[in-house]
Amino acid sequence: MSWLASMFGFRLVRRERASLMMTALAPVVALVAATILNLALYLIMGKNPVGVFYAMLLEPFLSWYGFSEVLLKMGPLLLVAQGLAIGFRAKIFNIGAEGQFILGAIFASAIPVMYPEATGVWIWPAMLLLGAVGGALWASITAFWRARLNANEILVSLMLSLVAAQLLNYLLLGPWKDPAGFNFPQTVMFQYDAMLPILFEGTRVNISLLFGLFFSVLAFIFMQRSFQGYKLEVGGLAPAAARYAGFSESRTIWLSLLIGGLAAGFAGAAEVAGPIGQLQRSISTGYGYAGIIVAYLGGLHPIGIVFASFVMAVLYIGGDNAMVSADLPIAAVRVFQGSILLCYLIAFTFVRYRLEWVDQLKRGEA
Amino acid sequence: MNAIEFVLAGMLAAATPFLLAALGELVAERTGVLNLGVEGMMALGAAIGFIVVYNGGGHFAGFIAAGISAAMLSLLFAFVAIGLQANQVAAGLAIGILGQGLSALFGKSYESLTIRGIPKIEIPGLSDLPLVGGLFTQDIVVWLSLLATLGVWFVFARTKTGLILRAAGENPKATHSIGYPIILIRVCAVALGGAMAGFAGAYASTVYTPLWADGMIAGRGWIAIALVVFGTWLTGRIFLGACLFGAVSLAGLAAQTTGVELPSQLLASLPYLVTIIVLGIISSNRRLLKLNGVASLGEPYKP
Repeated sequence: MSWLASMFGFRLVRRERASLMMTALAPVVALVAATILNLALYLIMGKNPVGVFYAMLLEPFLSWYGFSEVLLKMGPLLLVAQGLAIGFRAKIFNIGAEGQFILGAIFASAIPVMYPEATGVWIWPAMLLLGAVGGALWASITAFWRARLNANEILVSLMLSLVAAQLLNYLLLGPWKDPAGFNFPQTVMFQYDAMLPILFEGTRVNISLLFGLFFSVLAFIFMQRSFQGYKLEVGGLAPAAARYAGFSESRTIWLSLLIGGLAAGFAGAAEVAGPIGQLQRSISTGYGYAGIIVAYLGGLHPIGIVFASFVMAVLYIGGDNAMVSADLPIAAVRVFQGSILLCYLIAFTFVRYRLEWVDQLKRGEA
Repeated sequence: MNAIEFVLAGMLAAATPFLLAALGELVAERTGVLNLGVEGMMALGAAIGFIVVYNGGGHFAGFIAAGISAAMLSLLFAFVAIGLQANQVAAGLAIGILGQGLSALFGKSYESLTIRGIPKIEIPGLSDLPLVGGLFTQDIVVWLSLLATLGVWFVFARTKTGLILRAAGENPKATHSIGYPIILIRVCAVALGGAMAGFAGAYASTVYTPLWADGMIAGRGWIAIALVVFGTWLTGRIFLGACLFGAVSLAGLAAQTTGVELPSQLLASLPYLVTIIVLGIISSNRRLLKLNGVASLGEPYKP
């Protein structure tokens, strides 16, 4: 870090151990910094930053319905991010959750699309199960490519997401198109029994939030308490040590991707069987990519991810508000998401390192 | 014009966005930095380039502005990933999302507008040849990117600068110990890679299909990263790979015009499917990757 010393007169020194407080503080600092940066950007764009701030970050808390929408968004984000974080800790970078989410939605929709008249309490549970299988199957392609063919999982999983989007288009414009749907690219509306039970009357919050929280508990137990989770983590931190200890790399790859695909597919199924009620193009508003940010912002820790998914859900709902009331393009949410992750990575540097001022006289040696 | 002529004539132009972005990524990766933000840098370049050309700045200024803006985005990546030694994968993804968001934000009021492209230059004699004549009728950017390909090959294969760049990626510690500034070398390589991605984006939005639409880069930045792996970090193979992708994206169009009954979604996903398949074939040859790969790719350098 001699460039820091010569330019600014300080250097970074690795901490012997990171404090828990700083680890927890880093995402908060990142959030504040990203907020300030983005408000400045809106100011430059000629928008009223106070209005945007109000619509984006306060309005979601001002009415029960607004807040319930936040809880609704939190479900899929929680599922996707928890699944991805397990892989990220093992250094398996599955960034194709978007595609796995779409496949989950497609698999789940097969039941109501093919049996639109079917009734029975088994329908939505079967859809969720099928969705999880669909997501896991899509992820297993990436797992095979990585484990057997040694191909980079980042590129393969991303390409598969782009293919999944085309597959969705194909189904919606072709075989699965609602014949009575005025040519809109969407399927029939699902029957009553294909819909998830609502959690709070008068809102759209359904039980997928509970599944998300339950999955978070499972992820916590798996990563913090189980031997398999420990093996995954060692594989990520010290691959050589993991190999020496006989931990199988290919098992890590399969497990990471299958868990990630399962969770994303489940989330996709819960989205079509929940707030949307049919298969359509906009089933995922970038949950797969937002999940990556949530996973990092939560420090790749199951508990941190619960908080991070809440923050991201606020941003989604607030972004919608800002689009309506402050005339802000929806792309602003993507900019916010990207800058939060960057700010977090910068803030996290100071969890690992501390600043040390270099003595003017000694600077030559630095 | 038959299908073969059609593909031959359009292949190089279709390959150019892939080629420019992949060459830039190659330079960065050779010095040891994996920048996954190419898609976002290309998108930003495409938006800025289009805006400048639309407002009457001309294509030259459009390319320069696109290159500078994407290079600035890549410097942000360099600050986080190289300067602060953050996780390169996460930093690259963040830059990718940020770039795509910024491009949509800036390009919002230009949605679906079109501009005029640039004329193609004919080479007397060669352009009149039957069948392959179209291959020699290209716009100036195509010719320049072929020059750039040669230039990158020459620098890495024949010059001391190339040797130092490669050393920074192979063994940064040893390179630093004989007096070369690793951080500076890597930051410059990343900035160059960013500028190239910006040019690639500007070519896509102001020359190849002279219109702006959100999401128009459509995974080309990611394919460019894959191309570097396909080419096993060798310039000539990356060029061939880019041509393959140019041809694949045209083959889809050609198939449609010849009346082959295929769903358009299948044709649209052809480049992605080919990427997945080729990636599997090349990567399964571990020896090949190890032989040409960059030893310290993706690892932050800690002085």
